[in-house]
Amino acid sequence: MSKRNEKYKMSTAARKENRYGLAFVTPPFIGFCLFMAFPIVFAFIASLTKWNGMNNMLDNFVGLRNYIKLFTDEKFWKVLLNTIIYMIGIPCGMILGVVIALGMNRKIRGIKVLRTMYYIPVISSLVAVSILWAWVFNYDYGLFNSIIKAVSGVHGPNWLGDEFWVKVSMIIFMTWKGLGTAIILYLSGLQSIPRDYYEAAKIDGASGWTLFKHITWPLVSPVTFYLLITGIIGGFQVFVEIVVMVPNGGLNYSAATVVFYLYEKAFTNNQMGYASAMAFVLAIIIFIVTAINFVGQNKWVKTID
Amino acid sequence: MANKKDIQSSGGRYKKERRMDAVVFVLLAIGAVAMVFPLIYMICASFMTRNQILSADFSLIPNPVKHGKYLEVLSKPEFIRGVRNTLLVEVPVLVVGAFTSSLAAFSFSKLRFKGKDAIFLGFLATMMIPFAVVMIPQYVLFTRLGLTNNLLPLILPGLFGNVSIIFFLRQNLTSVPYEFVEAAKIDGCGYFKMYYSIFLPLMKGALMTQVILWFMGIWNDYLAPTIFVSKDKWYTLQVVIRQFNATYAVNSDYPLIMAASVLSLIPTLLLFFFFQRYIIESLAISGVKG
Repeated sequence: MSKRNEKYKMSTAARKENRYGLAFVTPPFIGFCLFMAFPIVFAFIASLTKWNGMNNMLDNFVGLRNYIKLFTDEKFWKVLLNTIIYMIGIPCGMILGVVIALGMNRKIRGIKVLRTMYYIPVISSLVAVSILWAWVFNYDYGLFNSIIKAVSGVHGPNWLGDEFWVKVSMIIFMTWKGLGTAIILYLSGLQSIPRDYYEAAKIDGASGWTLFKHITWPLVSPVTFYLLITGIIGGFQVFVEIVVMVPNGGLNYSAATVVFYLYEKAFTNNQMGYASAMAFVLAIIIFIVTAINFVGQNKWVKTID
Repeated sequence: MANKKDIQSSGGRYKKERRMDAVVFVLLAIGAVAMVFPLIYMICASFMTRNQILSADFSLIPNPVKHGKYLEVLSKPEFIRGVRNTLLVEVPVLVVGAFTSSLAAFSFSKLRFKGKDAIFLGFLATMMIPFAVVMIPQYVLFTRLGLTNNLLPLILPGLFGNVSIIFFLRQNLTSVPYEFVEAAKIDGCGYFKMYYSIFLPLMKGALMTQVILWFMGIWNDYLAPTIFVSKDKWYTLQVVIRQFNATYAVNSDYPLIMAASVLSLIPTLLLFFFFQRYIIESLAISGVKG
């Protein structure tokens, strides 16, 4: 299609529509340029320099050195690993979510009240619930250790102060915070499965686990896929809960995430160039993982047709 | 679940189902209570004395009941200022942002113009870009423009619309037949009027829900305010709450911290209770359709 030809063919009415159509998307387009496109280009250039926010960026051009440094930065690998470990919360939320949604997919009175209760953590402010959970995990007086002591008589673990338990704590927290979303989505996925699928399978003698494995789970796979994608994109960006619960990044940096480290580099150490390189690597990782998931989805994501 | 006996006597099956329902309900209820238990504990703790919270014996019922911490929080100028600042961000962003977003959604869905698909794809791609990539340049931009002394860094980006809302509304409009546009054109209706008097009313419900979710998003936002706002007097509520936590934890004033957190949660919880049905519906749409 040649553009010039098309232009000639456009009638007055079509040209008017073209003009208005463009005009109506102009505000978000300006926003996109100012707050997305320009920052991305800027960040990329910054990532090639030893910029500290004050000095002249281009005078401190270092090429790919920030990226090379990043790959040998032990702290970076550590925070990347921490971030990935926290993602154990994603399958935990899925399993609990689908089990609870199965329970809720029955006609029982009062179930909606329960659904609301499960969803409350999702809409609660992350700062407020992080403050709350820091208290729940408190070694001396926290809710968990009080209960453990009351039940078993022994003192519970130092949740946020221990390199291992701090990860367990964060996974528990993240699962708690996101569970409501998984339940709601699985529930609506379950409700869209036609009843006759089950009837037909039951006639064939299938029951219980077989029904779940061959009908339910494959047919809610779009929900699983959505939760996986959003969970991974969000999971790579975990920051607030760490900053509130473990402000110093944990014992030997055992709780810090990529964005936590990046924030520290950019705004505490003024290594803006280095932080920009880290942000770019993060974006690339997210892009690759998401792309792999999208390519791989044909293998396991089914749709009802 | 369905063995031969059940199929033979439907009466027995019914009874068994009922019993199963009861068991499931009890299990789900236990889980639900466990989910909200930390929040219940937070509310209880906000009424306790410091000594009771810090005592070795675990207790849930405040004894004695103190509500003074709520008055103390509400009389703190930082807290009131935090609420005010958050609202100062909310109002312009939601009013203008709802307009720009819905207008763009209408255009993307129903009008024909050059570069439409390319622009839309560009918008979609930004949903995958982590905020960490753009936050440093945005910070520099706002600093250079001298905007970090006020709330503009939090307001400006929202005025241009919100990509996920545009996306959602566009999806919402696909069910509206194109004939609406053609009929309006024949009647000589201008494009803005078409948006304003035909399509805006059509997407009113969906837009309302999205605006409520956006309100909650701004209300709960912490990262952008901490980076972009440098003056204490412009701190938004979440930043203030976080500061309370840091300041009052030193002398273990946990009842005060808990009271402040409870207060900060009330608006979003109320909104959720009132608009639950719509919020859950819109969430389900974005999740199931992908």
